[in-house]
Amino acid sequence: MIKHLLSAADLDADTATLILDTAGEMAALAEREVKKLPTLRGRTVVNLFYEDSTRTRISFEAAAKRLSADVINFSAKGSSVSKGESLKDTALTLQAMGADAVVIRHPASGAPDRLSSWVDGSVINAGDGTHEHPTQALLDAYTMRSRLGKLDGLNVAIVGDVLHSRVARSNVLLLTTLGAKVTLVGPPTLIPLSPGAAVSYDLDSVLPGADVVMMLRVQTERMQDSYFPSAREYSRRYGLDAARMRRLPEHAIVMHPGPMNRGMEIAPEVADSKRSTIVEQVANGVSARMAVLYLLLGGKA
Amino acid sequence: MTSSYVIRGASILGASPADLFVSDGVLVDSAPSNAEVVEADGLVALPGLVDLHTHLREPGREDAETVETGSRAAAMGGYTAVCAMANTSPVADTAGVVEQVWRLGREAGLVDVQPIGAVTVGLAGKQLAELGAMAASAASVRIFSDDGSCVADPRLMRRALEYVKAFDGIIAQHAEEPRLTEGAQMHEGEVSTRLGLTGWPAVAEEAIIARDVLLAEHVGSRLHVCHVSTAGSVEVLRQAKARGVRVTAEVTPHHLLLTDELAASYDPVFKVNPPLRTAKDVEALRAALIEGVIDIVATDHAPHAVEDKECEWAYARPGMVGLETALPVVLSVLGEQWDLIADRMSRTPARIAGLSSHGLSLRPGEPANLTLVDPAARRVVDPSGLTSKSRNTPYAGTTLPGRIVATFLRGEPTVLDGKAQK
Amino acid sequence: MASPHAQKTARTVLSAADIQRVVDRMAHQILEKTSGATGTVLLGIPTRGVPLAHRLAGRIHAFEDIDVPVGSLDITLYRDDLRLHATRALGKTEIPGSGIDGRRVILIDDVLFSGRTVRAALDAINDVGRPSSVQLAVLVDRGHRQLPIRADYVGKNIPTALDESVRVSLAETDDGVDEVKLTGGPR
Repeated sequence: MIKHLLSAADLDADTATLILDTAGEMAALAEREVKKLPTLRGRTVVNLFYEDSTRTRISFEAAAKRLSADVINFSAKGSSVSKGESLKDTALTLQAMGADAVVIRHPASGAPDRLSSWVDGSVINAGDGTHEHPTQALLDAYTMRSRLGKLDGLNVAIVGDVLHSRVARSNVLLLTTLGAKVTLVGPPTLIPLSPGAAVSYDLDSVLPGADVVMMLRVQTERMQDSYFPSAREYSRRYGLDAARMRRLPEHAIVMHPGPMNRGMEIAPEVADSKRSTIVEQVANGVSARMAVLYLLLGGKA
Repeated sequence: MTSSYVIRGASILGASPADLFVSDGVLVDSAPSNAEVVEADGLVALPGLVDLHTHLREPGREDAETVETGSRAAAMGGYTAVCAMANTSPVADTAGVVEQVWRLGREAGLVDVQPIGAVTVGLAGKQLAELGAMAASAASVRIFSDDGSCVADPRLMRRALEYVKAFDGIIAQHAEEPRLTEGAQMHEGEVSTRLGLTGWPAVAEEAIIARDVLLAEHVGSRLHVCHVSTAGSVEVLRQAKARGVRVTAEVTPHHLLLTDELAASYDPVFKVNPPLRTAKDVEALRAALIEGVIDIVATDHAPHAVEDKECEWAYARPGMVGLETALPVVLSVLGEQWDLIADRMSRTPARIAGLSSHGLSLRPGEPANLTLVDPAARRVVDPSGLTSKSRNTPYAGTTLPGRIVATFLRGEPTVLDGKAQK
Repeated sequence: MASPHAQKTARTVLSAADIQRVVDRMAHQILEKTSGATGTVLLGIPTRGVPLAHRLAGRIHAFEDIDVPVGSLDITLYRDDLRLHATRALGKTEIPGSGIDGRRVILIDDVLFSGRTVRAALDAINDVGRPSSVQLAVLVDRGHRQLPIRADYVGKNIPTALDESVRVSLAETDDGVDEVKLTGGPR
């Protein structure tokens, strides 16, 4: 088993499949009355969050607690840049506390990689800058597999601000590893150079062939940087509304990593439709993170 | 205190071994009496190297480097003269600061320290600094640069180019269109996409160089382009030179050897501005240096304290130390083309900087500024073994050819047997 | 698990026919001790406890035309020795739709050794529901208990040395081979 989960690229097809299968077992356990498992008793998991992300932190916290790990929440927002303790000093503190795993969310790409060179425990990337968010990709893949029965051969459209999206990066890597075909859709200004997947600037032409449409959150601040002219124009060209949703094949699903801008990239009636997996994604997030914690920490260190 | 030396059996620029005689700071044609003998069997003698681009950090960041420690590192690297960049704190934008740096250099006495003056007040890119006062100061500043920042305003750049003509000055431009590099962390390309680091596009450099060569041509001034890093910049320079524009350009050792793939470690020791580029760029830069489209190698020696590098990539300061590894890196890239190396690392930089006692032939009558290199030696770079006060070398663990055995500044050894003499 | 043990001394302690007879006997014993298997659920412990549970249920059906619910109970997440080994993949847990509350659960495993697996299984059952009683059926009891645990139904007692290992192969999981072998130990 791998020691750290820093990037979806750390996962080969076998490992990724093992995590998804394990997540499936975890999900089944989550339906029981007693949700707690003794598996990680005596292990310490630190949630080291340099950015506010209540949903991701709670998801990891629930996952660790269901496996009986001791959870320490270390909110370091705003304390890392120039003022306050450096990441390295924080790492040494966590090391002294005997953290078996550190779940890190950080605004700087690559911070989890740096951290992994300073601590002995496992490091799990819970989102770093505009780099990656591998557990989000795992929960997304798990959701697709649960709804559609497979990943191999699926056509997945990832729509929106791909340039700044760690979710998109991790999904491209993981889905490609698992045999899905990814198409990135958005205005050319928001698609990076050499994106590692097919690209389209025309959402309407992609929808009829898509099994999965994953809408990314688009921050309105991007408008100020001239990535697109206005929220209205963005929404018209790349927003998923009811009319566009009807272009999708019968079985296709609509995903969103949250938090959503209703009315911007996704219309309310789409977000609340039967195709939408948005609520499932949250539940699956706990199962996927339990699987990751178990597989990283459940064996001999 | 003046001594005499016989440097026995040195191979000048790789020619057959001969003795060099040093007396009263100059090379002489016969052995002086009471001369100390320096055995130079198997060593190559080069004119003392000249660095057109050094950050000595004093005043302001004496924890990272001082004029003295930087001078010592330079001597250990075979240098006899360095040009000290202006982005100190306070900025070297007045006669007072450049004279302070110049005096500190004289006191250290390890290399000639030639201060570079800022083009604009506080490097802010708004208002011309007192260029004439710096030129007329004891430091006799001739090169002006806002290095670290680009003189982005085209009108200001034009005025600066024009203004320094009065005292045969030269503007050394850090070519980086700031609007295209906001938040930039590394070369924009496949690797930056993968790593999720904001890209620094090659065009941000090329666009400024293209603009500046046209400005320099228009006003008939001298332009020097700092740390050229892209294949596209080479093409712009090639065309400008073919038209007769008075432009010179430098490339750093690291841009001749390293690529953006190294950023994959997220270790900020590989973070530098301009960023490491692709293998294709490295190839073009090497060819341009050999061809002469790029005139010189300059180190962009940029020492940084540990806390500015042992952190997240985005928060780290850009820059690498380079004085002590420059010649070995160039040797590994060019091979033992000694005349070419002397030209690109001593003669031409001395000429661009107007340092008339450096970069000269090792002939009787000339100042004895020279360095002795053992080309057969191989050295594994160990950051803790560096003379510089800082350790941020990208070559840790790399084996590089060549060892600087001795350096003489005006006839006095600053380095002997690979050890600094003061 | 299915690797060949040819290089070590290996002897067959139960053949395919023996296993069949032993399972038949165990099925009869279960029917006898549970008054016709009423209110009983069989839970196999993966990997080989699961096919064994299905075989027992099949024999019970054949003998008395009674359908006993069968499920599986993975105990990996309850093991006390996780830190001693590389991470293990999880097995399946499938509790029959009728549940286990108020029922008699019979845990089925292939080999009873230290008793730690059974201890973990008891913990796992506790999290699934509240059975009226729990019994244990094993194909082989090889001794060397480390916990106060005993089986209610034993296919065969096989005295072993600690450095020997018991290898159970069942057709469903081991390429169609049915046998129990004893390997290792003094030559």
